[in-house]
Amino acid sequence: MLRDLKSSVLAVVVLTLLFGLAIPAAFTGFAQVAFSNQANGSLVKVDGKVVGSRLAAQAFTMPQYFHPRPSGTAPAYNAGGTTFANLGPTSSDLAKNVRTSARAILKLERPYNPGLTIHDIPVDAVTTSGSGIDPDISPANAALQSRRVAAVRHLPLATVQKLADENTDGRSLGFFGEPGVNVLKLNLALDRIGGR
Amino acid sequence: MSGQGIAQILVYAVVLIALSYPLGLYMARVYAPAFRPRWLSGIERGFYRLVRTDPAQEQDWKSYSKTVIVFTVVFFGLLYLILRLQGHLFLNPDHLAGVPAHIAVNTTASFTTNTNWQYYGGEYTMSYLSQMAGLAVQQFVSAAVGMAVLVAVIRGFSRRSATELGNFWVDLYRSLTYILLPLSLLLGLILVSQGIPQTFAGHVTAHTLEGLTQTIARGPVALMIAIKQLGTNGGGFYNSNSAVPFENPNGLTNFLESIAILLIPAAQVFMFGKMVLARRHAWMVFAAMFAVLALGVAIAYPAEQHGSQVLRSSGVNITQGHGQSGGNMADKEVRFGIADTALWATVTTDASNGSVNGGHDAFTAFGGAVPLVNIFFGEVIFGGVGSGLYGMFFYIVIAVFIAGLMVGRTPEYLGKKIEAREIKYAAVGALFVPTMVLALTALSVVTASGLSSIFNSGAHGFTEALYAYTSQANNNGSAFAGYGATNFSAELGTVALLLGRFAPLVAALALAGSLAGKKTAPVSAGTFRTDGPTFVVLLVGVILLTAGLMVFPALTLGPIVEGLAH
Repeated sequence: MLRDLKSSVLAVVVLTLLFGLAIPAAFTGFAQVAFSNQANGSLVKVDGKVVGSRLAAQAFTMPQYFHPRPSGTAPAYNAGGTTFANLGPTSSDLAKNVRTSARAILKLERPYNPGLTIHDIPVDAVTTSGSGIDPDISPANAALQSRRVAAVRHLPLATVQKLADENTDGRSLGFFGEPGVNVLKLNLALDRIGGR
Repeated sequence: MSGQGIAQILVYAVVLIALSYPLGLYMARVYAPAFRPRWLSGIERGFYRLVRTDPAQEQDWKSYSKTVIVFTVVFFGLLYLILRLQGHLFLNPDHLAGVPAHIAVNTTASFTTNTNWQYYGGEYTMSYLSQMAGLAVQQFVSAAVGMAVLVAVIRGFSRRSATELGNFWVDLYRSLTYILLPLSLLLGLILVSQGIPQTFAGHVTAHTLEGLTQTIARGPVALMIAIKQLGTNGGGFYNSNSAVPFENPNGLTNFLESIAILLIPAAQVFMFGKMVLARRHAWMVFAAMFAVLALGVAIAYPAEQHGSQVLRSSGVNITQGHGQSGGNMADKEVRFGIADTALWATVTTDASNGSVNGGHDAFTAFGGAVPLVNIFFGEVIFGGVGSGLYGMFFYIVIAVFIAGLMVGRTPEYLGKKIEAREIKYAAVGALFVPTMVLALTALSVVTASGLSSIFNSGAHGFTEALYAYTSQANNNGSAFAGYGATNFSAELGTVALLLGRFAPLVAALALAGSLAGKKTAPVSAGTFRTDGPTFVVLLVGVILLTAGLMVFPALTLGPIVEGLAH
């Protein structure tokens, strides 16, 4: 028993130093050199200032921008406090949230898209994501928002649709996962070409 | 469901087998006494000198169990201190305070038992020191402990008239250095290249395009994510775990991480086959596990694609195709869609991993029942690293015993006679944890302090509680995450975590110790063959009947009533 205890204490100290400090430190050093942008959070800078991360949704409510999915974090799109919404499949709160989101979307988009009904709203536009900072929207969701963005920016619809296509991350290696439109990248691209 | 989704699932299965088979053969070599990698054996001898062990000196089952428990207790103490004192220690750029006592105890129990149940949000609770030198070290070490115990148990089957099962320090060191570390470094590097952070710098404050500020948490994430997946740990750096883009940025990382969940547990089945010279039998065990896995995916994927009651009646478009994956997208990420989230939920609960890439609490009634039942099976469908297969031996022994009763002969397994003592150990190993789960769940739903943890109302709320104790007692760690932390739930959970780890672990070593002492009998005409499809059917049947029937009454109060009521 005493022998086990002595051995354990020594092993615990050595394993913590090795696996908890030395190896991660060396690994971090290598990562910082080899993959500097990714290792520091895939930050996006404009004029040297950090405006966000390619991997985190941020709040967009202005009509000239594409909008991300709803977020369950507090405050919304908090990339320092991710969370699920945790509302069950029969939850009345979930029903209420979906209804509220759908109404807001119809109100926002209908002036530019008169025939729009609730049946045209893709499900990702009215549901919170798992992280609360899902950087992507579905291509269907982007298509729905394109008319508004084009009209508000006085750009041809085709131009906006083309930008949305260019900022769609396809399936990895053409096979794994699902395609998604990166909202921050798309909005930055829109700001670059101007309009409005 | 889409052809693309089904194709991704099939490719997953093929790649899993293609990678785990050679890894299993390699692992069998690693644990053999003759294994001496030239320039690394000096370091290995140094470690043995340090812990004052003679690698040739082996331990019987009691001594082996004792070393495992003492070692875990010492590590428990260190981790608890780090979590409590992190506010005064280094590598804390965001100036986080010490973790409250009841959360620290639960978390320490959770990580030392390879569970990684998380009653806290990582990115705003844990300093980099706690994540890296506290929690991630346990992700390596608790995995290695499980792997070591499995090897000792397998030696109980392969040895004749012996008492010794191996030297714990040797098995621990080899699991860590020759298996977990190289795989983690390799996976970690791929993950960094895809966008998972690895830095000691603190959070960033971004100034968004609409003029708001946004906090972006980062840290030494990538290496932790690698071992979190490979060691069936599951405890993420961020609160939303593998749903967060900083833990799982794209379809490729999602694929690799979900392969990593099952890689070592699947490889251990082949390793076992080589170590006991029964490769056909190992394939049959693999087939039984794979059948239950496939059944789970076949229920969860369509259930999630069908969508929840609320979404179906809301009128929004949940149909797959035309630029969306559709279905139940609540608490799921666009880049994974339905197929990859349903597959992940199934494999992470077949293994005792418990990382999630979507919120299980928001799953449909039947989609969410799949992970729950998977865990309740005792984490033996591949299961935890090490603990999965040694847990499966309980069911195998029971299956062989039942077959023996049917033909009226003393049952044998791998040439060893299975007698009253072995059946007792196997019964304890198989039944202790599910019994405890039902008792703790009952306790939690008849007390006011237990009920206050429940987030959703009605049948779904009951499922949250059932899932919480099923997950902790079986050392999975995934959650219906609405279930909240109180002093009461944290303490009840700690009991589940510790007893759920060590009762089956000691039972498995005892079973092995008892079998090691027996002679090997030659195969006769009356021996029940464990290398054919009949055995697969019998084994799956035993699992479904034993654990399945135990959980069924509870299921009727939770997912079944929720699924049928609407």
